Amino acid sequence: MSADLALIGPVLAAMLTAATPLLFAALGELVVEKSGVLNLGVEGMMLVGAVCGFAVTAQTGSSSAGFAVAALAGAGTAALFGVLTLLLLANQVATGLALTLFGVGLSALIGQGFVGIPIPDVPELNIPGLTDLPVIGKALFGQDVVVYLGLAMVPAVHWFLYGTRRGLILRAVGENHAAAHALGYKVIRIRFLAVLFGGAMSGIAGAYLSLDYTPMWAEGITAGRGWIALALVVFATWKPGRVLLGAWLFGGVTIAQLHVQGLGIDIPSQLLSMLPYLATVVVLVLISRDIARIRLNAPASLGKVFHPDA
Amino acid sequence: MTLLRLEPRGEASRAMVYLTPLIAVALTLVSGFLLFWAMGFDPVKALHAFFIEPVSSVRGVGELAVKATPLVLCAIGLAIGFRANVWNIGAEGQLTLGAIVGGGIALAFYGEGGWWLLPLMIVGGMVGGALWAAIPAFLRIRFNASEILTSLMLNYVAMHLLNYLMHGPYRDPEGFAFPESRLFEADAVMPLLVAGTRVHLGSLFALLAVAGGWFLMARTFIGFQIKVIGLTPTAAGYAGFKQTRIIWLTLLLSGALAGLAGLGEVAGPIGQLNPTISPGYGYTAIIVAFLGRLHPVGILLAGFLMALSFIGGEAAQIALGLPKAITGVFQGMLLFFLLATDVLIRYRLRFGAKTAPKTIAGRAAA
Repeated sequence: MSADLALIGPVLAAMLTAATPLLFAALGELVVEKSGVLNLGVEGMMLVGAVCGFAVTAQTGSSSAGFAVAALAGAGTAALFGVLTLLLLANQVATGLALTLFGVGLSALIGQGFVGIPIPDVPELNIPGLTDLPVIGKALFGQDVVVYLGLAMVPAVHWFLYGTRRGLILRAVGENHAAAHALGYKVIRIRFLAVLFGGAMSGIAGAYLSLDYTPMWAEGITAGRGWIALALVVFATWKPGRVLLGAWLFGGVTIAQLHVQGLGIDIPSQLLSMLPYLATVVVLVLISRDIARIRLNAPASLGKVFHPDA
Repeated sequence: MTLLRLEPRGEASRAMVYLTPLIAVALTLVSGFLLFWAMGFDPVKALHAFFIEPVSSVRGVGELAVKATPLVLCAIGLAIGFRANVWNIGAEGQLTLGAIVGGGIALAFYGEGGWWLLPLMIVGGMVGGALWAAIPAFLRIRFNASEILTSLMLNYVAMHLLNYLMHGPYRDPEGFAFPESRLFEADAVMPLLVAGTRVHLGSLFALLAVAGGWFLMARTFIGFQIKVIGLTPTAAGYAGFKQTRIIWLTLLLSGALAGLAGLGEVAGPIGQLNPTISPGYGYTAIIVAFLGRLHPVGILLAGFLMALSFIGGEAAQIALGLPKAITGVFQGMLLFFLLATDVLIRYRLRFGAKTAPKTIAGRAAA
């Protein structure tokens, strides 16, 4: 086997893991935006999820408990956003920014005792026969279970949005909240649930970084991935399948950045670190330039305040 | 069923516009009290160490002005953009580019400076910040890309660019491989304004920005256009106001002010370039802008309050061993409380169930 071929396995595996946190966070935000709410606090919710998941795993030794608490913590911070924007009618952009600023501070405060502490590994999938396949066996069938959960969420979210009555109602609320309200749907309740789901998904995304990907706790561990996830939703034109494509693309860029150095190409590491952020800008530009397409796919009530009496 | 509900006010409450920031500050202090108590600190002592101790000396008050300077400069620009619904959240990156360009000029003319060096750096810093802000402006206007996401992404790019420069071209040749530049020469440093403190020329620029921002928004046609575009974009369209021009103007202006803030930091209290020129001033400035009601004078007051949260965080860390991260928690909480209480401007709280809507006949009789 040539050296190039031997590289495929690890590169594929690394791409899948790098894509996983983006996948969770972006799918969660997609559901939130489909209900007509723009939550810019993904980065903050991810950080709170990351630190809470890490703290629980470090204390109990159980990574499943860590992920569960991370989802709850993410949903908890999202609830804060929900109360402010849905019940107290605060500006969604400002509140989302506040959530991120708050999450950065809160996670650093909680995490100060957990810097540099080791935690147990997250269990990996092992299917006899398949996992032992040469080249791609480990990459495709030997990842942490969370990676597969993330992949499973893509069809699950798609099915929920486009194959169920509840999904239809959620989309209706996002397209025209006044009409949905007139039909008797509980706009605020539906949006609140969507926001909670988005928070839980962001929490899991954060915990994947601190428990699995890195695995350790460091301040600001998410390094802008929450914002990249927000860009991914636009890139995917609010379609779950395309979120997967986008997440893989960004996973690929992240990995390419590491491997370029491995191949001995002489570019300073700090400049290579810019790649994911520059790629996000480029991708956003390529998608957004087609205004008609964005207008066709973006939920029509996205970011608009709803008050039943108004 | 509902015990508490929101009833729209006929007219936005003027009193609440001024009251809610105070309510938010009060709620933050109460929460801070509970937070310190929950963490096992004496809350009264902790709050004293956080908010009173640091400003009970001339030097302390001076530090307050030093820290408020970059916050106010950034927030004035951001607020003008927010008024027009232009969401520049890239002040941190624009501040960094101001430091990179302006500071780079100081390093380029190292050893051959003169009276012209500092003015050149100031212009360079503003141009650097404005050019960095021009990227999201161009992408928004030409390609419809959200300036929220592009300006934020550029913060990370700027951070890595600064890091690269500090490890490469900008590094002090006699600095034993530390990622720091040379110390700026006397010609390249902001003159001090008040003896015994570190208050520098940048603070004067911040005050000028406050005055200029007020004049622009309250007394010029451009300011009027900005407000109309923010409140009712359709009306602005009918009036023939050019939205693209306002996007360019607000982003370039806020970029230039953030760049000036960054230059003021490296040519002021820091005196050199290093990888940690800002503890997140560009992000905190967003809070300052909102807390100041997007009004220049409000921003000046809010800038001092937020500066206090930075200084208090450092002081409490030294005095009581409180974690530094508590500053961010305080800042986030304050913005939350402000956004939450802002509902009182346009709605009033009503207890009890909704009364039956008045009939047309009932209204006519009344």
